[in-house]
Amino acid sequence: MTSVSLSKTTEPARVRRFFALVRKETFQLLRDPSSILIAFVLPVVLLFLFGYGVSLDTGQTRIGLVIEEQTPLAGDLAASFRGSRYFDVETGRDRREFDAKLVSGEIRGIVIIPAGFTSDFAAGMNPQIQVIVDGSDTNTAGFVQNYAQGVIAGWVAIRLADMGVQKDGSASAISVEQRFWFNPELTSRFFLVPGSIAIVMTLVGTLLTSLVIAREWERGTMEAIMATPVTSAELLMGKILPYFVLGILSMTLCVIIAVFLFGVPFRGSIFALYLLSAAFLVPALGQGLLISAATKNQFLASQLALISAFLPAFLLSGFLFEINSMPVVIQWITFVVPARYLIPSLQTLFLAGDIWPMFLKAMAVMLFIGSVFFVLAARSTRKRID
Amino acid sequence: MWWTRLKALIIKELLAVLRDPKSRMILIVPPIVQLLVFSYAATLEVRNVDVMILNRDSGHWSEELITRIEGSPTFRTVSHTQDQSRIHDAISNQTVIAALEIGPSFSRDIEAGLPATIQIILDGRKSNASQIVAGYLSQIAGRLSLETPSGMKTQSAMINVMPRNWFNPNLDFQWFMVPNLIASIAMLIGLIVTALSIARERELGTFDQLIVSPLRTHEIVIGKLIPPMLIGVFHMTVYLLAAIFLFQIPFRGSLIYLYGSGIIYLAAIVGIGLFISALSKTQQQAILGAFLFIVPAILLSGFATPIENMPQWLQPITIINPLRYFLVIIKGLFLKDIGSLEVLHQTIPLALIAGVTLSAAAWLFRRRLE
Amino acid sequence: MTDRIPSTDDDARSEFVRLADVSKSFGQAAQALKDVSGIISGGRITGLVGPDGAGKTTLIRLITGLMQPDGGSINVLGFDTKLHAPSIQALIGYMPQRFGLYEDLTVQENLNLYADLRSLPLGERPAAFDELLTFTDLKRFTGRLAGQLSGGMKQKLGLACALLKKPRLLLLDEPGVGVDPISRRDLWKMVKDLTKDGIGVLWSTAYLDEAEACDKVLLLNKGELLFSGPPADLTNRVKDRVFKFTGISGSRRQALSKILEQQGVVDGVIQGDAVRIVTSAEAKRSELTKIAGNTAKIRATEPRFEDAFVDMLGGGPGGRSKLAEAATRLDDQNGKPVIEAHGLTKNFGDFTAAKDITFDIPRGQIFGLLGPNGAGKSTTFKMLCGLLKPTQGEGRVAGFDLRRDGAEARNRLGYMAQKFSLYGDLSVGQNLDFFAGVYGLSGSRKRERISLMNEIFSFAARDNLPAKDLPLGLKQRLALACAVMHEPEALFLDEPTSGVDPITRREFWTHINGLVEKGVTVLVTTHFMDEAEYCDRISLIYRGRSIALGSPDELKAGVATKTQPDPTMEDAFIALVEASEREAAA
Repeated sequence: MTSVSLSKTTEPARVRRFFALVRKETFQLLRDPSSILIAFVLPVVLLFLFGYGVSLDTGQTRIGLVIEEQTPLAGDLAASFRGSRYFDVETGRDRREFDAKLVSGEIRGIVIIPAGFTSDFAAGMNPQIQVIVDGSDTNTAGFVQNYAQGVIAGWVAIRLADMGVQKDGSASAISVEQRFWFNPELTSRFFLVPGSIAIVMTLVGTLLTSLVIAREWERGTMEAIMATPVTSAELLMGKILPYFVLGILSMTLCVIIAVFLFGVPFRGSIFALYLLSAAFLVPALGQGLLISAATKNQFLASQLALISAFLPAFLLSGFLFEINSMPVVIQWITFVVPARYLIPSLQTLFLAGDIWPMFLKAMAVMLFIGSVFFVLAARSTRKRID
Repeated sequence: MWWTRLKALIIKELLAVLRDPKSRMILIVPPIVQLLVFSYAATLEVRNVDVMILNRDSGHWSEELITRIEGSPTFRTVSHTQDQSRIHDAISNQTVIAALEIGPSFSRDIEAGLPATIQIILDGRKSNASQIVAGYLSQIAGRLSLETPSGMKTQSAMINVMPRNWFNPNLDFQWFMVPNLIASIAMLIGLIVTALSIARERELGTFDQLIVSPLRTHEIVIGKLIPPMLIGVFHMTVYLLAAIFLFQIPFRGSLIYLYGSGIIYLAAIVGIGLFISALSKTQQQAILGAFLFIVPAILLSGFATPIENMPQWLQPITIINPLRYFLVIIKGLFLKDIGSLEVLHQTIPLALIAGVTLSAAAWLFRRRLE
Repeated sequence: MTDRIPSTDDDARSEFVRLADVSKSFGQAAQALKDVSGIISGGRITGLVGPDGAGKTTLIRLITGLMQPDGGSINVLGFDTKLHAPSIQALIGYMPQRFGLYEDLTVQENLNLYADLRSLPLGERPAAFDELLTFTDLKRFTGRLAGQLSGGMKQKLGLACALLKKPRLLLLDEPGVGVDPISRRDLWKMVKDLTKDGIGVLWSTAYLDEAEACDKVLLLNKGELLFSGPPADLTNRVKDRVFKFTGISGSRRQALSKILEQQGVVDGVIQGDAVRIVTSAEAKRSELTKIAGNTAKIRATEPRFEDAFVDMLGGGPGGRSKLAEAATRLDDQNGKPVIEAHGLTKNFGDFTAAKDITFDIPRGQIFGLLGPNGAGKSTTFKMLCGLLKPTQGEGRVAGFDLRRDGAEARNRLGYMAQKFSLYGDLSVGQNLDFFAGVYGLSGSRKRERISLMNEIFSFAARDNLPAKDLPLGLKQRLALACAVMHEPEALFLDEPTSGVDPITRREFWTHINGLVEKGVTVLVTTHFMDEAEYCDRISLIYRGRSIALGSPDELKAGVATKTQPDPTMEDAFIALVEASEREAAA
């Protein structure tokens, strides 16, 4: 009887079984508009936002400029402020005009050129200029202060040069020449875009994967599949291969948009890009599997994926915030966040080129984390119901 | 009569999320852990900086400069090299974020009253952090330059800039971050809990039970609206206490305004959640739909970057984002003690969003019966 | 090791599964299985029979090797489940209760998937697919998504998937639940044919008419094996104790209620206009007339498996309904019908799910909607309780138009859904509280009604248990309690006892009968012919139209022929549907 001889599974049968699972998963994936939404629409939205809207580059910040004395010198300094490309200046004579606006957030700072400014300056008595900023937004506050100081220092340098104290017009004896490698203009989307690729792959790899497997448990299809000759390994692999491909496709879409639409430079090799992405998807998918095996419930799976994968990829990966600046305990947590290894590598790949020592190290760690996840997931998805 | 019905529905909704220990845990523990972890993690301050120095000068001034850098608490390690290619490697591999090059004539130039130059090379991949590091290094150099012979001469022409930080005197980053996180996490949780509520009942078949009961559509909507709002108010209270007592952030405004506007904010979020829920056929669609809203909503809220710095065409989109309004309110109430007018100004759009989304959700339920 | 498996027809009857003192328990709950021993043979249908919670599903899962027993051992086709689960899984076909179909895949894609998973050689596929699709009559639907199939079609597709690559042993977990008589008959025939090839079949069921047709039965109750052998052996225990009373004057519901309270009566059910009873072994024939009263005629009748089953479990629940006794009598006001359907029509796109359905139900009657899966009876039912808006026509409950005064109408109806649809995460008490509140009960009235429900259905011991963890019988009671708490005038029951064991079913109908006698009006959809017998009138819905309307006996009489002078309800159902099909073809 054929059925008996087949209890020893032949290799082609194994392969066919595996691809049957892959095909099934692919059909399901393609039929649910929500997975397409997450894999293809969300990345586009994210990239557009980073590409056009949300940049950490400061544009023009609105400030109030109070000039308490009407002298040519004060007017000259005021002109320097107006000429700065960082400020959108509104001028007044009394600070009280601006207080309410600072509270309501209409302006972000107030610069006060005090009465007696000209005479103090002429007498070498170091006049004081007050810069009041809105501390409730610490970032913008810092920018306003730095730029205001820059404007004043520049103005002083010109004065000094006019007075003949300093020959070349630099304010201080030591001038600092800054050179930003890889991103000389400091365009923020150049480093935000690689970060968003990591986030998109986290969503596809972890969130989507954990949801679809939890759904199989909820709907009882897992039981029927388990009672067939399929092995646990085939089951797990058949589940994740389509999402692996989806993650790669989604990443490819991101890269195409980033490079061709937003002009993000791509200085590394495509080979390294795919290798890194593939290595990242291993822990991402492993985490998804683990979450679904542990919860078997879509609500809990989504919450866990959100907390353990999505938010860390955003906040604990070095994407937006420097890991080195975090408290030590939190730095330890970041060691298990796979995105933490991918994001610097991708930023390097885009902006610097292939730096293999860095990539190899990142890949090794990601694969290690991934294999831990997989071992744990395989344990909890043994072919047992209880 | 209607109140009896509504009360029953509200109690049921609360029990549905709170009775199961797993989902109770999910609603209580992670939000608090998130607040703790992320308020410490999400800092744009730069600390523990690693730099490399290539010093070709053998004079006093370069030594002084290096001593000062090494003495600054911002810098964690300062490594030295004489090899330009080492700098290249260190920056490329991100072992250091910045490298300082001091030329051979540095001290000589200073003594001679000539302009002396140092070069800083920074990692542009981390443009934010490197900008800040550049600022630190320039400050150190600036202070040193005042002590040089030529610097002494310019002393008289100096203008003292007196910075004053209103609302947050030390520019403490957590004062900025914690109120922002309170508003964002409230949205995150509120949206996902409500987005699932109807989708889940529909998948389990209990939604039919509700429809054949005497509950009217608007009662169902209100019954679904209030429980997540209560949970949200509970979260907000916990956060508020944590912010004040744990993070020591001053709360200067009126609590009444905070709760008043907070309730409207939660209603707007729950409205959006119910709308997504009514729109989706399965729980999966509801969750992913909620994500598709959350991600842009956080990015376009003014949390990370001020809305006025966004391109003109993008700014109108933020009008429908409840987080945008509540961020202004919560930061304002915490730090600025804003008045009723300002709170009202931000609350009206929230009320409009709530009204529109809730009616849309009600309309969608009814349509589903067709 | 494969040579131990018998493969010739001679010994096809030999044992396929040997259960030796199998025990299994879950957590602190009562033991799911206690020392169950038995044999499942090849070439036969073995019925795994028992009420819900008896341990049927657990036993099947143990046989598949997806679970391991705590004690004892299971040998399947020569392999021990503990050691060789993969080898077993290669040889069996398993259809779980929830089909195991992917609802977002098409019929063909589901078949392809399982063909690959079971390593069906490519060359054999066209023939196998063709055979199974013909066999299951699903050929026309290969491109349709499984989620859009009717319950019966899903069941058939589930079976087809389990049969790809002929298994040696086929395990079917309650394949008959939620399936109409025609599909059920088809399904049975399909499985019967399989046994001819020597396949062993384990068919688990709570329906005892199915059990009766099995070659052998394993009867489980509360995890213990009560009986093992041919069903006739069990049926014999009630030989000469089963009678039918006909010609009852007055209400047959009241008659049944009285009869059940008599000494010497073990069990009794309504069959159309007649009442069928089982007497106790001690009862004497002479007492029967006393039991029947003067008006009824008594006729001895063939015992059924169900009679024996109920007898074995100690008899039915008695004829008194505390629920009905506590109910307020609803008086007939001017003889107006309570539920009215006037020309109800529902179109989904260009598909007409229900067309021009008209009937009305006077106060104090039970009206049944019967029909094959997907014929439109659910659509009709949903329009009448306000879950769907009719495209045309109108429905009224207690005189209120469902469209204009929906809330008023809904206040007067109680609803029990087909699949358990109370809040599973909430406890019993919380569910009662919720439904009391939603129907506007408050204060002392709410407390009274809830404590009454607790008393009648004895929930008290499990008040804190989440509803989803209740055994099915108790879920059923809870659903009924929630539906009647506000004393509705009209009760809507959607396959109320689907999958429920006979004892619980009898208890359920005792309550319903009692309520009807108090003036409650009932609309019920059912697949279950025993349930149809309880109805005063029945509308048979097929292809969106009502093809027959009348009392159960009228429908039966309508299809009586010389060869079949005394058709059962099931015969009537099948005959009427087939006649309608012939008419449509003509």
